[in-house]
Amino acid sequence: MAYDKFSILKSSAVPLPIENVDTDQIIPARFLKATERKGFGDNLFRDWRYNSDGTPKEHFVLNNPIYSGKILVGGKNFGSGSSREHAAWAVYDYGFRCVVSSFFADIFRNNCLNVGVLPVQVSPEFLDKIFTAIEVDPNTELEVNLPEQTITILATGEKESFDINDYKKGNMLNGFDDIDYLLNIKEGIQTFAENTPL
Amino acid sequence: MSKTLFDKVWDSHVVQHIDNGPDVLFIDRHLVHEVTSPVAFLGLKNRGIKVLYPERTFATADHNTPTINQHLPVQDPLSANQLKALEENATAYNIPYWGLGHKKNGIVHVIGPENGITVPGATIVCGDSHTSTHGAFGAIAFGIGTSEVEMVLSTQCIMQPKPKKMRININGSLNKAVTPKDVALFIISKLTTSGATGYFVEYAGDVFKNMSMEGRMTVCNLSIEMGARGGMVAPDEKTFEYIKGREYTPKGADWDKAMEFWKTLYSDSDAVFDKELTFAANEIEPMITYGTNPGMGMGIKNDIPMAEAVEGGVATYKKSLEYMAFNEGDAMIGKPIDFVFLGSCTNGRIEDFRAFASIVKGRKKADNVTAWLVPGSHQVEEAIKEEGILDILQDAGFELREPGCSACLAMNDDKVPAGKYAVSTSNRNFEGRQGPGARTLLASPLVAAAAAVTGKVTDPRELMEEVYA
Repeated sequence: MAYDKFSILKSSAVPLPIENVDTDQIIPARFLKATERKGFGDNLFRDWRYNSDGTPKEHFVLNNPIYSGKILVGGKNFGSGSSREHAAWAVYDYGFRCVVSSFFADIFRNNCLNVGVLPVQVSPEFLDKIFTAIEVDPNTELEVNLPEQTITILATGEKESFDINDYKKGNMLNGFDDIDYLLNIKEGIQTFAENTPL
Repeated sequence: MSKTLFDKVWDSHVVQHIDNGPDVLFIDRHLVHEVTSPVAFLGLKNRGIKVLYPERTFATADHNTPTINQHLPVQDPLSANQLKALEENATAYNIPYWGLGHKKNGIVHVIGPENGITVPGATIVCGDSHTSTHGAFGAIAFGIGTSEVEMVLSTQCIMQPKPKKMRININGSLNKAVTPKDVALFIISKLTTSGATGYFVEYAGDVFKNMSMEGRMTVCNLSIEMGARGGMVAPDEKTFEYIKGREYTPKGADWDKAMEFWKTLYSDSDAVFDKELTFAANEIEPMITYGTNPGMGMGIKNDIPMAEAVEGGVATYKKSLEYMAFNEGDAMIGKPIDFVFLGSCTNGRIEDFRAFASIVKGRKKADNVTAWLVPGSHQVEEAIKEEGILDILQDAGFELREPGCSACLAMNDDKVPAGKYAVSTSNRNFEGRQGPGARTLLASPLVAAAAAVTGKVTDPRELMEEVYA
């Protein structure tokens, strides 16, 4: 599924300084019953965000109006657990285009890249600086520059670069997905398949 | 150049390498279930393309299916709709489909090996992180997202950067009552849930050589819980014996040809791993988890560690114990429990039911315990009946349910209520995993059985002087 191109994102950020945020927290299994990709943002962090009667939990960051923005900043090992792409869909559908952490689980990172959410891995020290900056000023802005592969805390000018492979970077910049690429080399795949028995 | 087992399988499936990018990896066999596939099929429809090789894809219903009254229509309309979508998609694209009630139906990672879909040296994917299970046969098997499910359906390939390689060696003999589940929970407790992220793991040494195929599946299944994309064990005579004659394994001359390749599947003696870890088998005790990720596990007789003694953030650790309503320094032995779940792609195979039965035989289920015993497939269910295990379970006051993922992820009605404790043979103890507010203690079938008959966390060794050699 195609998604919006990603180039430079300047936004305030929502802090979630918890480690090992797993995909069951991002979107609990009972909300995976849809057959279409829509509405998952409503259930993002469902059980941290709402009481069992559906009323919002006031202390949870998504319910705190002083925090907003298109960037979610999470603790170490963000997205561990299940392969459910619904977790990345929920993050995107809620309105985030970028997740920042000091460490990502593999499948979640892949899923994000495939749906147009940019995972930005920073050093633990830089992550702490971001959390501190948001604590000082909830409206503080971060700039995520994909062409330059940098993330900057605009208030202080502190900057760090991040990794992304050239292929995925190209996809994100242009809004391409992997299937576009694979369909273009289909003949080569078919030749390979003929020589690969079941 | 010398190669690891992983290299040999990976390199033989690379269709194209992209510089500073991923490899285009050919996928031999693709497993599909109802939850992570509908949006992928919708994508095909929107692009106006077909499934390229339907004979390489297999579909089953397992994640949100009921485990009682499977002959009746599914009550939950959303689940019923998802099951209907899978059936329609499988039919429309000519994919073999083993739905609810079909004799081959069961948990996707249980039925793959049972039917010979899983073979050594293959690349196997599924929209489920526990696809790592199939690595037990020397296959490269890992979980993928729905976009990737669509890629495999449409082109039989996915695009993946080649992971780093790790080998975990465990030599020596395992202690009494230490099962493959305990071996895996031990490794995860040492590595943490992110310790193997970015790696593919090979399990080597006496312990894995001597392990049954079912046991190897349990260990490989849990590879993802330490962050690894997958785990594998080099195939041996035990592997070939297990798969021979199953429906989808090669036959006759094809078998002989396949064996030529399979016999080359081991890490060369001078192959280099990015990381290598070694543990001694006798370090491992029967394990139990006390927190909200699978890395928070310990020997069952130990006390819950103090926050300062563990790696990672103190605040996250305390939040986890608060959710569990446990305190630092608590003993786990003797903690009262409410539910026991035997099943899942981790421990829902026949060997797991044999182990559970060995403890409950001649005893009675504790009155305070609700037990859900869920076979991984109809084939497992049949074996439970044929081997007389069902009689043992029923005499002890247990009932057997019908196959499915069940309370492992609680998408169906098998939900542990808020605040209740469940000793589970499944794979994740995340907050709310087994139902909103549910508290999960991961353990082996032996520990689950000991809890089921005593109503509390109990060392299974105390119950197995005579019944278990």
